[in-house]
Amino acid sequence: MPDPTPPQTVGPFFAIGLPWDDGPQVVEPGTEGAIALRGVVLDGAGEPVPDALVETWQAPGAGCRGFGRCPTDVDGRWEIVTRKPAAADGEAPHVAVAVFARGLLHRVPTRIYFGDEPEANDADPLLSTLDPERRATLVAAPEDGGYRFDIHLQGDHETVFFGF
Amino acid sequence: MELLYPDYKSTRLRAPRRERIQLPRASTELTGPALWDGRVAPLDHDLTRQHDGEPLGERIVVHGRVLEADGRPVPNTLVEVWQCNAAGRYRHQGDQHPAPLDPNFTGLGRCLTGADGAFEFVTVKPGAYPWGNHHNAWRPAHVHFSVFGRAFAQRLVTQMYFPGDPLFGQDPIFNSVRDAAARERLVSAFDLERTRPEWALAYRWDIVLARTPFEDA
Repeated sequence: MPDPTPPQTVGPFFAIGLPWDDGPQVVEPGTEGAIALRGVVLDGAGEPVPDALVETWQAPGAGCRGFGRCPTDVDGRWEIVTRKPAAADGEAPHVAVAVFARGLLHRVPTRIYFGDEPEANDADPLLSTLDPERRATLVAAPEDGGYRFDIHLQGDHETVFFGF
Repeated sequence: MELLYPDYKSTRLRAPRRERIQLPRASTELTGPALWDGRVAPLDHDLTRQHDGEPLGERIVVHGRVLEADGRPVPNTLVEVWQCNAAGRYRHQGDQHPAPLDPNFTGLGRCLTGADGAFEFVTVKPGAYPWGNHHNAWRPAHVHFSVFGRAFAQRLVTQMYFPGDPLFGQDPIFNSVRDAAARERLVSAFDLERTRPEWALAYRWDIVLARTPFEDA
């Protein structure tokens, strides 16, 4: 059995190759029901991270390729356009996320849940195990045309990241 | 894995510090993107043929296979690479190293693995470059790799190095992999068999993805 290849940081120069023009469009622009997921990536000093890459994954389907990829801008902002996934297998609707950046030795995985799904979130097997302060880091707030999800790599509001 | 490695300065304010949470049920993360139609153009695997002229530097073939932890190949998966040129300069506005850009080198490659998980790139050997992390810090020559695999949980971005590089000992990024045997798995092997006589040297490097969560369950 071969041993796994270790991860290494994406470094500061991934923009040579990883961003795609249509990377943030998980669904075609203008798709009915399309929503924006957006936010900023922040470091432990509360400063924006201008060289992060945010990737998202959800079940694909007609008109939805499931995968999104957006580099942060100079202000640490990212945004993808997708549709809200359905609840499945007792889990609340969510989008899987991987964050890459200079200074991250490996991608850090998290999930985006939706603030306008309080009942589903209460019953979710992950969210229901977290204390309210930690749970709040995984729940995107509804706002104009979409949802806001800031990612705190470190600090008092550090986002919940997963251990796989 | 421990994400804080203080010798690599950028980890200090970016590495998450709190305990990572085990998902009670990894569901969404057990699948991943698999359709790459239109993402790879015919010459994307050859970084020496993307401009009117040829880039300067030592022409090399970099090849290997993408494998699951149980040794099975991962077919038809996207492999992306990026690197600096032979002089140690990236085509990126953030790179201020006073080494020349090469008008004939972008430093971006893409390919899909074959049925046997194999990939191959043609490129030039990247140069070493200074990076300011500590006094007289130099990165060993490396090629950045991005691999998807079968599940989003396996998503891997890493760097491939070249055998015998004298800069390994002082590089905190290479040494952020604390286990020596694991570090060796970042180093390619010179591959005489795949050299192209009168044309290019060759290096072989297999990429093995992590087991997915709950695979043991």
